[in-house]
Amino acid sequence: MTDAAATRLKKRHAAETRFRMYGRVAIIVALSFLVLLLGRIGMQGYSTFTTHTLSLPVYLDPARIDRTYLEGSNYDSLVAQALLKQLGETDDESYTVSGQVMDLISRDLGFQILNRIKADPALIGRTITVTGPVKADADLYYKGQLKRSTDQADRKLNDRQLAWLDRLKKSGAVTGGFNVGFFTHGDSTEPEQAGILGAIVGSAMMLLVTALIAVPMGVLAAVWLEEFAPKNRWTDVIEVNINNLAAVPSIVYGLLGLAVFINWFGAPRGAPLTGGMVLALMALPTVIIATRSALKAVPPSIREAALGVGASRTQTVFHHVLPQAMPGVMTGTILSLAHALGETAPLLMIGMIAFNPGLPESFTGSASVLPVQVFIWENASERAFHERTAAAIVVLLVFMIAMNAAAVILRRRFERRW
Amino acid sequence: MVTSMTLQPPLIRTAAPHSHNPAAVEPSKIVIRDVNVFYGAKQALDSVSIDIPGRSVTAFIGPSGCGKSTFLRCINRMNDTIPGCRVEGAIEIDGADVNDKTVDPVVLRAKVGMVFQKPNPFPKSIFENVAYGPRIHGIASSKSELEGIVEASLKKAGLWAEVSDRLNAPGTSLSGGQQQRLVIARAIAVNPEIILMDEPCSALDPIATARIEELIDDLRQQFCIVIVTHSMAQAARVSQRTAFFHMGRLIEAGPTEEIFTNPRESRTQDYITGRIG
Repeated sequence: MTDAAATRLKKRHAAETRFRMYGRVAIIVALSFLVLLLGRIGMQGYSTFTTHTLSLPVYLDPARIDRTYLEGSNYDSLVAQALLKQLGETDDESYTVSGQVMDLISRDLGFQILNRIKADPALIGRTITVTGPVKADADLYYKGQLKRSTDQADRKLNDRQLAWLDRLKKSGAVTGGFNVGFFTHGDSTEPEQAGILGAIVGSAMMLLVTALIAVPMGVLAAVWLEEFAPKNRWTDVIEVNINNLAAVPSIVYGLLGLAVFINWFGAPRGAPLTGGMVLALMALPTVIIATRSALKAVPPSIREAALGVGASRTQTVFHHVLPQAMPGVMTGTILSLAHALGETAPLLMIGMIAFNPGLPESFTGSASVLPVQVFIWENASERAFHERTAAAIVVLLVFMIAMNAAAVILRRRFERRW
Repeated sequence: MVTSMTLQPPLIRTAAPHSHNPAAVEPSKIVIRDVNVFYGAKQALDSVSIDIPGRSVTAFIGPSGCGKSTFLRCINRMNDTIPGCRVEGAIEIDGADVNDKTVDPVVLRAKVGMVFQKPNPFPKSIFENVAYGPRIHGIASSKSELEGIVEASLKKAGLWAEVSDRLNAPGTSLSGGQQQRLVIARAIAVNPEIILMDEPCSALDPIATARIEELIDDLRQQFCIVIVTHSMAQAARVSQRTAFFHMGRLIEAGPTEEIFTNPRESRTQDYITGRIG
C-alpha cells in the first residue's frame, strides 16, 4: 500500500469514529433532557398522590341544628367547636381562634355532616366521627413543603397553627395515606378537594368522538386516494394539501371550530362533542398519511394475486390490502389520537377552559379535559394547585405512554410476515 | 379497433405448412390481431397478431423488456390496473373480445387465471388461499363442496400430499416451489379455461422448477396455458408452440421444435444461439 492510500484509509477511519461519537453525544444529550424533564415532573407531582386526613368526633348539638331547614345550619362551626375541643383551646369573642383552626381543615367535613344528617336525622344529638382532608396548606406543612423556618409573615399558617398541626399528628387524629380523592373527584376551588377524574372522563369522551369521526373518515379517504383515485393533477393537489394540513398549527383548527362548529352550526361551547370534532379535523390528515403509507407498504403482488383470481378492486382492497395494512393503520391512528389527547390550544379557542366542578354529564355539556386541566391549575394562585399540576401531567403522560404501548403491542400482534 | 368481422390475416404465419405437430390440431382458443400497447406515450407492443391454441402450452420468449409480459397481461386485462396503460387491437377468447364494454374484467379473470413470477400466496391459511376464489365467485354452495374444490385443486396442482395434514398453516410457510404450486391451485380452483404464467419458475431452484414443469405438462390436458419464460431450455421442454418477441414486436411464432431447430427469422436464430438477448 502506498503512503497516500494509508493516509486516506486512516482519515476514513477517523471520520467514521468521529461520526459515531457525534451520534452517541446527541443521544446522551437528548436522553438526559428527557430524564431531567420527567424527573422534575415526577418530583413535583408525586407528593400529590399522598395526602393527610383528619378524623374528628363531632357532637351534633340539637340546639344549633334547625331540623326544619337542615341546609340552613352552620355545620362548619360545629366542626370548629369539635376541633377546638380536640385541641383543648377555647374560642374568643371575635371567633379568631375558631377561624384559625378552620384554616387547617377542609370544608368537606361540614358537608359530610349535612349529608349524613339528611340521610339519617336520628343522628342529631349524638357524636359522629367524620373523616376528611386537611386544608392544602396544612398538607403542605406535613409534607415539609411549608417550612417552620420561613418567617411567619411570609407563610400562610402562623406558629400557633403549626403547633396545633403537630399536636393533631401526634395524637393520631391526622394520618397520611394515598390520595384517593385526587382520582375520584372533579375539579374544585379548594385544592385539597380538587381531583382529576372529571378531566379524565372529559378526555375519554372527547377522544371517543375524535376516534369515531377521524378513524373511519381518515381510513376511507386514504383507501380511496391510494387504491381508487386516478393519478392526475387534482389528486396531486389533494395530496399536497393533506400534507400541508398536517403541518397547520393546532390553534388554527380551534379558530375553525369556533367559527364553523360553534358560530355557524351552533355546536355547544366547551363540550366534548365540539372538542372531539375539532380534534378530529386535526387528527384527520395524520390518520390519512399514516394509512396511505401503510397501504403503500403492502406489496403489489398481493393486489395482483387477488385481481388475478377475479376479485374486484373493492374486494381486493377490503379482503387483502387493508387487513395487511391494519397494523400500520392502527399504529398511526393511535399515535394521532395520543397527539389529540395532549392538545390544548384549539380547546381553549372553543371555550373548554371553563371551571367544571364534578364530572361531565353529557357529550353536549361543559367538560374539562386533561391538558386544559393542567393549564387551569398551573394558572391558579394557590401553591397546592401547582403540586396538582405536576400530578395531572403525570396522569396525562401515563395515558400517553399507555396509548403508545398499545400501538406497539397491536403492531407486534397483527404484523404478518411473508 | 378491429372487429371480429374484419380480422386481417396474421402478419406472420404461425403454423408452417410442412409441420405435423399435434398441437396444431387444437383449434385456436385465443385470437389476437394487431395489438398495440402504450405506457403513456411510450409504445410497448407494436401490432402483435397471434393465434394461441387451446389445451396446449404456448411459450413466449425474448430478451428482457421485449413486451412479452405486457402482452400476457393484455389477455386477462391486468394492464387495466396500470395507470396510463392503453391497449389497442382485438384480443378474442372463443370469439369474444375481452376489451368489449360488456366484459366484466372480474369475470374475465376468473376465466383466465394467472400465475406470477414471484409466488404470491395470500397471507392466510393454505385452505383460505385456494378457497378464496370459489368463495367470491359463489362457485361452491356449501362448505363441503368448497372443501371438495380445495382438495381437487390442490390435487391437480400436485400439492395435496404435502399439505393435506396442515391446511390451516399459513400459505406463506411453504417453500417457494410449494407456494408456486399453491398459487396454481388457487388459479385452478375457479375453473379457468386459460392459465397465464409469467415466468413462474424464475424464483425457484432447479428441483422445484422441474416439479412445476411436470405440473404444467399435466395441466395442458385440461387448460390452455400461456407461459412467459426467460429460459429457452424451459420453453423447449414444456411448450408445444413458441413465440419470439423482440423490441415490442412478435418476430416469429410456430411449433416449438421448429423455432428451436429451424427458425425462419435471423433474429430468432441470434437469440436462441445467444448472440442477442
